[in-house]
Amino acid sequence: MIQISRTMKYQQEAVPEWSEQLRELPGCERVFSCIQCGTCSGTCPLSIYMDYTPRRIIQLIREGFKTEALSSNTIWLCASCYSCAAHCPQDIHLTDVMYALKQQAIKEGLYPKHLPIPVLAREFYEGVKRNGRNSEFWVVLRFALKSNPLLLLKMAGSGLDLMRTGRLSLKSERIKDIEGLRRELEAPREVAR
Amino acid sequence: MSEYAYFPGCSLRATGMAYEKSLLEVFRILGLKLNEIEDWNCCGATSYMSIDEDAAFVLSARNLALAAKQGASEVVAPCSACYLVLRKTEDYATRYPTIRKRVDEALQIAELPPIDWMKVRHPVEVLFNDVGVGMVKAKTVRKWQGGKLACYYGCQMLRPYYETDRPQDPIRMDELMHAAGATTIQWALKTKCCGGSLTGTIREVGVRLNEILIAEAVRKGAEAIVTCCPLCQFNLDAYQREMNGGRGYDIPILYFTQVLGWALGADRDKLGFQHSIAGGKVLKQWFPAREEVMANA
Repeated sequence: MIQISRTMKYQQEAVPEWSEQLRELPGCERVFSCIQCGTCSGTCPLSIYMDYTPRRIIQLIREGFKTEALSSNTIWLCASCYSCAAHCPQDIHLTDVMYALKQQAIKEGLYPKHLPIPVLAREFYEGVKRNGRNSEFWVVLRFALKSNPLLLLKMAGSGLDLMRTGRLSLKSERIKDIEGLRRELEAPREVAR
Repeated sequence: MSEYAYFPGCSLRATGMAYEKSLLEVFRILGLKLNEIEDWNCCGATSYMSIDEDAAFVLSARNLALAAKQGASEVVAPCSACYLVLRKTEDYATRYPTIRKRVDEALQIAELPPIDWMKVRHPVEVLFNDVGVGMVKAKTVRKWQGGKLACYYGCQMLRPYYETDRPQDPIRMDELMHAAGATTIQWALKTKCCGGSLTGTIREVGVRLNEILIAEAVRKGAEAIVTCCPLCQFNLDAYQREMNGGRGYDIPILYFTQVLGWALGADRDKLGFQHSIAGGKVLKQWFPAREEVMANA
């Protein structure tokens, strides 16, 4: 008997409620007005590396294919250059949509585990909570140790260049009112999203 | 004299130190006062926005509130990422009541005033609008001895707010360079993204994006690239050795404030040329030490 596997999703596997919730988020209001012209994918400097191009991400959202959208590498490769948003004839703020997807992917643990980008985001995030400011050196060092220590070898060249030119600052600055900042960040979130 | 609150951001205190040095010199010479925001915190950049948007807005709101507390109504943020996050916070807190509420609650906890209205500005736009190309030109004291420049604007200072320059075909940094006496090339990639932190995470992809930029600038006859963002400068400057099929490039990557500072007669030592990785030989020729200051005829 011939074994064939399905490459397309069936509609019943979609989560349409998710699309409805997403379009309520700040910046995501206009996703349903997409005309699938592909201008976003054409202008995106990173679409050639993405598993779903930006245009396809919008369609996944509209059809309710939550897992596919949230576990894509697309949302993490997006460097937030806003080229798609600037060129979109339908005024869709696609970069903000990508941010909303990133936040959900982190919350639901759906981000691709082999990708180092969410690891850097996390280290950056923790660095600010710790000190209120980020030391580029320590963020990058922690990130490399956590994602792939071999990266340090690759980084050695540019690290030495930075040292030679006096741009590598090892000191870690902490703001005076770090306690106040932490309280602000952890303030109760009464606002329903 | 114009006065502004100043948000340096983390990069200008580390890899982007040449930007801060030259920016402060240019502003000082042109008679613009920058008052650093007391106890500012990191803007959170794209990373914070990716994890927790509410917290990202709170971070920036604190900076805006601290600026207001100092009596400022305008903040200058030289890093494009800082500029955008601060600008976006101001915008979103105005447009979305839920965000405004969250931000105001957080500020209350820190006993800071609620953010009312704070204009967030990028120095390219400040120099263009508040000083003007003509005034900059009138104040130059050195004649440009260097080669052709490619102005690279990158992404976040232009998009999505379109307040610093024309989004598709920006020209203001070019005009400031002309005021300094330099010639600039026209090229289509001046607003193509450098990839930001991708050089650190997916190195091959990040370096490739920057190689495309450098190759095109060189092909169009530029001998140096001028930037207005610490991340763009770093990405274009630090990886040139790996490009061009292993042969590498050696093109100086300047800040627009270094070129302006030079034209305006600042001390070479105060403009941070020693922090450049690539193009050292060219930099020595273009910006010679102890050069006689020549009046601009």
